[in-house]
Amino acid sequence: MKFLRNYLNKIKPNFEEGGKLHAFRSVFDGFETFLFVPNDTSKSGVNIHDAIDSKRIMSLVVIALVPALLVGMYNIGLQNAIAAGTAATTGWFEMFVFGLLVMLPKIVVSYVVGLGIEFVVAQWKNEEIHEGFLVSGILIPMVVPAGCPLWVLAVATAFAVIFAKEVFGGTGMNIVNVALVARAFIFFAYPAVISGDSVWVATEEILGFGATVDGYTCATALQQAANGLAITGADPSATLSVCDMLFGFMPGSIGETSVVAIAIGAVILLWTGVASWKTMFSVFAGGVLMSLLFQNTLPDNPMAQLPCWQHLILGGFCFGAVFMATDPVTSARTEVGKYIYGFGIGAMAILIRVLNPGYPEGMMLAILLMNVTAPFIDYCVVQSNITARAKRLTKKN
Amino acid sequence: MHRVVKISKGLNINLKGAPVAEMTSVETAKQYALMPADFTRVTPKVVVKPEDTVKAGDPLFVDKSIPELQFVSPVSGKVVAVNRGERRRVLSVVVESDGKFESVEYKAKDVLSLSSDEIKADLLKAGLFAFMRQRPYDVIADPKDAPRAIYVSAFDSKPLAVSFEVALKGNEEDFQTGLDALSRIAPVHLGICACQKSTALLVAKNVVTTIFKGPHPAGNVGVQINKTAPVNKGEIVWTIGAEEVIFIGRLFNKGKVDFTRTVALAGSEVKNPSYSKVVLGAQLTNLLKGRLEEKHELRIIDGNVLTGKKTTADGFLGAFSTEVTVIPEIMGGDELLGWAMPRFSMYSTSHSYFSWLFPKRKYTIDARIKGGERHMIMSNEYDKVFPMDIYPEYLIKAIITGNIDKMEQLGIYEVAPEDFALCEFVDSSKLELQRIVREGLDKLRAEMC
Repeated sequence: MKFLRNYLNKIKPNFEEGGKLHAFRSVFDGFETFLFVPNDTSKSGVNIHDAIDSKRIMSLVVIALVPALLVGMYNIGLQNAIAAGTAATTGWFEMFVFGLLVMLPKIVVSYVVGLGIEFVVAQWKNEEIHEGFLVSGILIPMVVPAGCPLWVLAVATAFAVIFAKEVFGGTGMNIVNVALVARAFIFFAYPAVISGDSVWVATEEILGFGATVDGYTCATALQQAANGLAITGADPSATLSVCDMLFGFMPGSIGETSVVAIAIGAVILLWTGVASWKTMFSVFAGGVLMSLLFQNTLPDNPMAQLPCWQHLILGGFCFGAVFMATDPVTSARTEVGKYIYGFGIGAMAILIRVLNPGYPEGMMLAILLMNVTAPFIDYCVVQSNITARAKRLTKKN
Repeated sequence: MHRVVKISKGLNINLKGAPVAEMTSVETAKQYALMPADFTRVTPKVVVKPEDTVKAGDPLFVDKSIPELQFVSPVSGKVVAVNRGERRRVLSVVVESDGKFESVEYKAKDVLSLSSDEIKADLLKAGLFAFMRQRPYDVIADPKDAPRAIYVSAFDSKPLAVSFEVALKGNEEDFQTGLDALSRIAPVHLGICACQKSTALLVAKNVVTTIFKGPHPAGNVGVQINKTAPVNKGEIVWTIGAEEVIFIGRLFNKGKVDFTRTVALAGSEVKNPSYSKVVLGAQLTNLLKGRLEEKHELRIIDGNVLTGKKTTADGFLGAFSTEVTVIPEIMGGDELLGWAMPRFSMYSTSHSYFSWLFPKRKYTIDARIKGGERHMIMSNEYDKVFPMDIYPEYLIKAIITGNIDKMEQLGIYEVAPEDFALCEFVDSSKLELQRIVREGLDKLRAEMC
């Protein structure tokens, strides 16, 4: 790898102050620090540092997302085959390749748009590229339906990166989760792309894979539940088995369907300490308690009567709890605050699902709402420390 | 029995090259220097010029704002240089030893019959008061203040730190006299480690002894204060190093100043890390001669790996330093995709590396930062290694934003930069926390004093 290092050293002067490619300094820096760990040594303070850095943390989150992404791709193919009525004859590999072909352009668009903006901002502010978008860039295509047009995705990504992140000061300074803002943008600006029952399945043939199906409609499990239809069991409207729900073989946003794949990601995040178990646990606790409460108080509301375990494994609940709620930047930062914040997300998600007649899913809005509330939760927790210190002083005098 | 305080938050970093409890004799150094930068807050007024002859205990410079606060020559000999930097700031005053180590004559005194003011006056005259620091602000203390208490930590829990028991051997009597002297000024709190067995520590008189159990930073005096009686706004607590207590004892027992320290030479790049008797301020050349590995470019640290300053092979021992540590500057540089690699040989608190599987293994860590500076991203990183009842992250943010009220409310009076050393080590955002805290303390002091 000496060759690569030497080459970078050779072209480096072009990007420095006064060099002819100075306008691309941030891009060069980004790639250089991505390829080689900088040799900078500490100048003040401690002389030794832990080997962990934010690049590794971000890449761990991406790794944790991979199982959900792979199952999501397979599921895209599976749903297409079900729509075309060829589920029994299509091989799993063909289904997966079709899913890959649907997903790949989305991932590319998300990264190109998002990183492009990041590079420009880094250049403009004369800063290093921050790696926060590595995670957002993969999350955004995973929280939209398979039928989401690329241009909508591009607009939403640009909106989210600029208005949810860069205006606040970049990675680490944002108040709300960037990927969820992208989704919320689509939700409010282009509702037809993300709601209803014709968007969840990819119905266009790509490079000979998959099948073109016209006018196919298929509701998500939560939509079915909201309409008062049974999801699973002996009822004729029920099309899903518990197994389907757990492994994610059902219509929905690309990354959110498979509980098992998300659980693998959760183990990676918890094991490496990137995500807080306190947040994750209390999201589920909040969800369970809230749905039990509704079950016993609203006998006529079909969503309230959905068993609480189904509330947890359907829709974006698990995905949100594992990957979105635990985002350290937008979640509560104090340990006590994490319990309150997580509980609030779980409870709020069920509350919105049950009481909002317009749209059956509530996880996205719940997390965004709690993102906004998190600084206040932290403020209260920190204030109790401040009060205790002030009390100590008055007791003394 | 003594009160036992258990500390659960913290981190012991297992580094290669811990000093073994053996004495290595080294040739005495020729030159000695006193660096004003070691004495935080002090603006020096140099009172000697090159070619002046001095004895150990003669002032080299005094504090401009408190002229009776003297900073004295550690050895007898001739002043050879007053080095100045930008804007004529004094960097160091260098004395060439005549090899005799003659001290100014003071009187041996029975400390328990002296008053607080007499003790203070004697310490000021002998230049020993210069080693007294104060909380809040972690600066050199003002002799006019009346402190609530004086805290002495008799152990250093930092990685590769010296064992005070080695320094104490043979100096037990002086140590007790030093404690006696301090106890005339204010109640003295002695913090000792559960692992220390020396009777001079266990049955020390005229002090309140507390035993601390747990990982670093249990030995930090700031943590010990916080766990016994935290500093409130308006209060002043003095702190002094355990070895400096021995200096004080020597003054009153022998009527002389003797700045001989037991200094450890430690670190992965040192052959046979051990202890040596070295006088404060000594040039490091003789201490390091022939004892360093030459596999890597070296970083010679005046002090500990967590809190010490980078120096050179012909640099001088800092006034407060009890050790010199040598680690590689860069080991395995130009690492390709290092952040994505398993990095089996590297130490990390993160479970994304494998060092947590080998808790007994000792590591060599180089001086690379291994990442770029970021905004604070991860939460709870600092809290895990910060045992005080303070929200470190919020305090740091208050300092960065210059919010004086918030700093006060969040407990800045209780902390010193060294208390944030572990936070800085584990920080994945690679912020210079000790520098930030130092600037915060300076800013607050400028507003308040």
